[in-house]
Amino acid sequence: MDLSGLTTGWYLALAAALFIIGAVGLLVRRNPLVMFMCVELMLNAVNVTFVALGAGLNDVGGQVAVFFVLVVAATEVVIGLALVVAINRRRSGATADDVSMLKG
Amino acid sequence: MAEAVFAVAAVLMLAGAIGVVASRNPVHAALFLVQTLVGVALLFILNDAHFLAAVQVVVYAGAIVILFLFVIMLLGVDKAEELRVEPIFGQRPLAAVIGAALAAVLGTVILTTADVLSGIRQSGGERALDGEATDIERMGRVLFGEFAFAVEITAALLTIAVVGAVVLTRRAARSDGAAPAGSGGG
Repeated sequence: MDLSGLTTGWYLALAAALFIIGAVGLLVRRNPLVMFMCVELMLNAVNVTFVALGAGLNDVGGQVAVFFVLVVAATEVVIGLALVVAINRRRSGATADDVSMLKG
Repeated sequence: MAEAVFAVAAVLMLAGAIGVVASRNPVHAALFLVQTLVGVALLFILNDAHFLAAVQVVVYAGAIVILFLFVIMLLGVDKAEELRVEPIFGQRPLAAVIGAALAAVLGTVILTTADVLSGIRQSGGERALDGEATDIERMGRVLFGEFAFAVEITAALLTIAVVGAVVLTRRAARSDGAAPAGSGGG
């Protein structure tokens, strides 16, 4: 692989930018669905890091790690959306701020 | 050439990510998420991870975003959200501070480790990426050799997730046979 001038550091910087956007979005947004999308952004940033470092270190382990991250992300979305559906069935229009109602 | 593809993928990814965070309508956010995922798939192709790029498009942009859209439609929350009011006082400045702190930490890590990386290109054997095999062949050998047990646990995890989703969204059966009140789809 010949990427003149395009080193692993560029990929890491791009992934870091994506991760930060996802993290800030997770903190700012209140709609639980959009918050899940922001978590997906962060997971994808980590995936980019894994693949870029795997390519940089000449090791397929990075791609294998991404495979497992994909599986965990899929299960996380399934369970998370099931929770959102279950909560919205009781209180429609619930946002993340309403979590405080869980206490006693 | 690679630089051009990288630039296009970077612009796609970051614009999509900002769109996810800033769009008022959840449906638009889901579509921006597709844009970001396609950008990530481009980066995978650029790194010779062709199988993962295909999986990224099929599983992420296909299945997971469709699941998001499905739930958005099911719940009827596809109306625009008012983003200008700040629900919790000081939430956005705090988020900006945390984002800046993250940027500082990650930037420091990248700047200090970029030089270290070039010194350790040592892995060989069946895990090396520069051999004859295709990337899917290598991944298969490593997944079902070294990580066979982890793959089995993954199967259990997926089963648990499916069962858990059914349990969470199932309506409790009424003993008197009456239809549950206030049904809103399910």
